[in-house]
Amino acid sequence: MSGARRLSRGGLIDRSQIIKFRFNGKAYTGHPGDTLASALLAQGVRLFGRSFKYHRPRGVVGAGAEEPNALVQVGEAGYSTPNLRATQVELYDGLSAQTVNGWPSLKHDVGAINSMFSRILPAGFYYKTFMWPRSAWMRYEHFIRKAAGLGRTPELPDPDIYDKRHIHCDILVVGAGPSGLIAALTAARSGARVVLADEQTQFGGSLLCTSSTIGGLRAVDWVKKMVDELRTFSEVKLLNRSTVTGYFDHNFLTINERRTHHLASGDSDPRMSRERLWRVRAGEVVLATGAIERPLVFDGNDLPGVMLSSAVTTYIRRYAVAPGKTGVVFTNNDSGYQAAIDMAWAGMEVIAIVDSRRSPGTSVVKEAEALGIPIYKGHVISSARSGSEGLNRVELSTWCRSTGELTAHKGMIDCQVLALSGGLSPVVHLHSQSGAKPVFDSHVAAFLPGASVQKERSVGACNGTFDLGDCFREGIQGALAAANVRGFSAIGVDIPATDYKQHAPIEALWEVPSNILDGARAKKFVDYQNDTTASDIRLAAREGYRSIEHVKRYTALGFGTDQGKLGNINGLAILAKTLNKEPGDVGTTTFRPNYTPVTFGAIAGRNLGSELFDPVRKTAIHPWHVKRGALFENVGQWKRPWYYPRPGESMLDAVNRECLATRASVGVLDASTLGKIDIQGPDTAEFLNRIYTNGWTNLLPGRCRYGFMLGEDGMVMDDGVTTCIASNHYLMTTTTGGAAAVMGWMERWLQTEWPDLKVYLTSVTDHWSVMSVAGPQSRAVLEAAGCDVELDSQSFPFMSVREGKIGDISSRISRISFSGELAFEISVDANYGMALWQTVMDAGRAYDITPYGTEAMHVLRAEKGYVIVGQDTDGSVTPNDLGMDWIVSKNKDFIGKRSLFRADTIRPNRKQLVGLLTDDPKTVLPEGAQLVNSPQNSRPVPMIGHVSSSYYSASIGRSIALALVKGGRARMGSTIFAQLMDDHIVPAVVVDPVFYDPENERTKS
Amino acid sequence: MLEIECPWCGPRDQDEFSYGGEAHIVRPLSPENLNDREWGDYLFFRDNKKGQHAEQWCHAAGCRRWFNVIRDTVSYRIVSVYRSGDSSSGESP
Ligand SMILES: [Zn+2]
Repeated sequence: MSGARRLSRGGLIDRSQIIKFRFNGKAYTGHPGDTLASALLAQGVRLFGRSFKYHRPRGVVGAGAEEPNALVQVGEAGYSTPNLRATQVELYDGLSAQTVNGWPSLKHDVGAINSMFSRILPAGFYYKTFMWPRSAWMRYEHFIRKAAGLGRTPELPDPDIYDKRHIHCDILVVGAGPSGLIAALTAARSGARVVLADEQTQFGGSLLCTSSTIGGLRAVDWVKKMVDELRTFSEVKLLNRSTVTGYFDHNFLTINERRTHHLASGDSDPRMSRERLWRVRAGEVVLATGAIERPLVFDGNDLPGVMLSSAVTTYIRRYAVAPGKTGVVFTNNDSGYQAAIDMAWAGMEVIAIVDSRRSPGTSVVKEAEALGIPIYKGHVISSARSGSEGLNRVELSTWCRSTGELTAHKGMIDCQVLALSGGLSPVVHLHSQSGAKPVFDSHVAAFLPGASVQKERSVGACNGTFDLGDCFREGIQGALAAANVRGFSAIGVDIPATDYKQHAPIEALWEVPSNILDGARAKKFVDYQNDTTASDIRLAAREGYRSIEHVKRYTALGFGTDQGKLGNINGLAILAKTLNKEPGDVGTTTFRPNYTPVTFGAIAGRNLGSELFDPVRKTAIHPWHVKRGALFENVGQWKRPWYYPRPGESMLDAVNRECLATRASVGVLDASTLGKIDIQGPDTAEFLNRIYTNGWTNLLPGRCRYGFMLGEDGMVMDDGVTTCIASNHYLMTTTTGGAAAVMGWMERWLQTEWPDLKVYLTSVTDHWSVMSVAGPQSRAVLEAAGCDVELDSQSFPFMSVREGKIGDISSRISRISFSGELAFEISVDANYGMALWQTVMDAGRAYDITPYGTEAMHVLRAEKGYVIVGQDTDGSVTPNDLGMDWIVSKNKDFIGKRSLFRADTIRPNRKQLVGLLTDDPKTVLPEGAQLVNSPQNSRPVPMIGHVSSSYYSASIGRSIALALVKGGRARMGSTIFAQLMDDHIVPAVVVDPVFYDPENERTKS
Repeated sequence: MLEIECPWCGPRDQDEFSYGGEAHIVRPLSPENLNDREWGDYLFFRDNKKGQHAEQWCHAAGCRRWFNVIRDTVSYRIVSVYRSGDSSSGESP
């Protein structure tokens, strides 16, 4: 291993600065402009990881997003990120990276033993292990998981912040290579609002690693000129380090911008987000996503030192790294020759260009011959061999295209680097994600964009256009067309002059034939990351798999973090050949978002934790509850006091005390969270008639009424008390959790079905603070608090409402009760909520006024048999099931009425609400417990219902429960049984659900 | 994510809307005169169209108005948008 791979000239790196970093614990150096991969290659590192299944040693294959092998875990503790491609990780001082799949160590990998057993780990191994006796999986799981793992999940919370932004534009240009840059400039000059996004550090794409000139300028200088002009437009947004990862409906795209990944931990502003997810709505999209080179498939094509020819060019030209001393090119098209020319420029000994074609393009042949590079036309590399440091020899053979067989062995060539070019696959991922179907083109031997489904067009290499001049032309035309659609008349951009090369066409070579003796044992890798070989694909076909989607799942082809960017096209072409089809007839697998993996942090953005993900709603009296030591219960978004324990009290102690104090003297409940809807308009009473099951036309101002709302299916949906304030003005209350749904439900009926009704709804839940004062002393407390309303039952009867003052505070007081006691519900402007609460508490001190929480509220109402919608009902319960026919009007239609007479809703033996008393008064049944007829049952046991509410009632001195039981009302007095999870069976007697004050004397007192 | 043109507010992200299912299901004027099958048809049965589908949307996080959308269930293209009570051609009936 030596550091001598760095070239002394060229490249886009800053040799004046040294960056120190660690890889697998060892110290290395690099320069600004390097990636982790280029810096390691510069220091002679060849082994970057081990393969997933066979644990074969693997090196860097690519130079960008396509890299399948060189996956690393970067950073420590909470900052750790798994499965990054070393080819895309920018170097920074102090960077620390580990190989993700080299357990226990990269050099001595116990998993490599899998290599020897590769014949028993064929395609479908995992699949069969999953599907066949469970015990097989249990046996292998531990080993497979540990040995196969790709990276480690960080175990600490991520300390970084992530954010999202929305952006609208006329034209989104994806990719800032030659086609994208010129398209963006054309669009910008038209005056359109343009976003240009590119995944790389710098704009330029392939121009960052080319030796050719553009319009007389070095390519990188031409790029700079373009970017400089783009920066002058105020309506142009330039996003580098930004991968367009998803293309969704209606031209909605997501861009994952990495903002601080490239900075050392001390160098970034901690307030700056690490990543940003841009949510883009684009008028038109110009895709200029380029192309990815394919490897060639032959025995040993995965050895460290075998690389894509485009990657060889990139390492030499952009990073000034010669990946070895000696090189061979193996190609089936003209573009591979560039790697040979660049290797020669880098001072490497280029031993051969092996071209599977007989007639390469004249331009490239002339260039290579001028450099003295031998060209073997009509030859192939039939296998590659390794020494201790990866590739060291390749086997040269002749072959016959028509028989598809090797014809002669032509000897072995020693070399450290083998540059492969199996042709260019246009990056049609986003085009495909947009809903379009790529089509196979045999001239370029690849899939090209098909007809657009959304407002997008592809230009340049991603459209199968590989000549630079043609790319410019297409970029300009694409942008002009897009600008025109958006109503901009574009001026256009002159096509810069480029070197023109005479190209000969590619001749597809999907799999290099094997020499007969080695045929069965040949390891020809199609998907490097998942160790899918050509023979795995043939095996899948032999076992009956025909669809590429099924073969994908059976062989794991394309299942890696790279989603088969290198292997998929070769794989489907090999399948096609096995099935005697054309690649276009097999088709591609579906390209899905995201193009490259996106962190959960970026997806979550700021939607983290309870503070920001979901708003927390607190009442005006909340601070008082906190001070008083209340424990809180979440009800929807609301925080409600659950109970107020005194020192040393258990929950049961506190709830018992709160219930007894309310029944004996007076209790107070913060009821502010109840949904409140202000309803106005001359047709309000008619509207309420249609929405509620009971009648509303005769409700006078100053009176209120309890109502049930049903769904159109007849099932109870919500309940609450509605007050008539004036003949055209009502105030509806809903359950705390149901407020928004009820509001939306009523709005929908008004807008879509009854637009003729003059009724107007306003949500006023947060406008009012509400406290319920309940208990025999509640009247006395209100008087003591300075209430100026006559409170006696004659002047202020049950279910009526008065306006008045309590002290100085304007109040609306309702005589309603959910506790079964004499009670007053006081509503005040929320700004006065705390003042009112304090006033009442002060006045109540003489009566031992006791705040109670939702738990006591539940016990008090259950003692009275009052249901809670959503607890004692579950969307399958009618008013009749609850024994509440009295609330259902016979004289009018209302939502859900017809459903109350469907065959199923009038069926006898429906589940009905009953009370349950356990034989043992101390036993409190668990809520949700299933009820059965008999303590001895053969299985399956017929269930007859379940417990919906269950408490210990201090007032009654025993446990009580509400339950929904089949034919329950006919079972009064009989014993049924609760079947508990722990196999206990608890007998209980069916009783009336009203346990306390059945005559309602206390409420009306 | 769809982009839906609210007839009151203009084009907005789907995030702002809630879906209401098939449009133009008229509530029977006299439910009590319907037999169980007829009421069941109104209550439970909806078209599951491949192609152009009339559906209700509500601009829930905006103006809170319900309106109608003709949407192609294959391509998701929105063919037209019109207010409740209007016809799909944009005319009041
Ligand atoms: Zn709107």
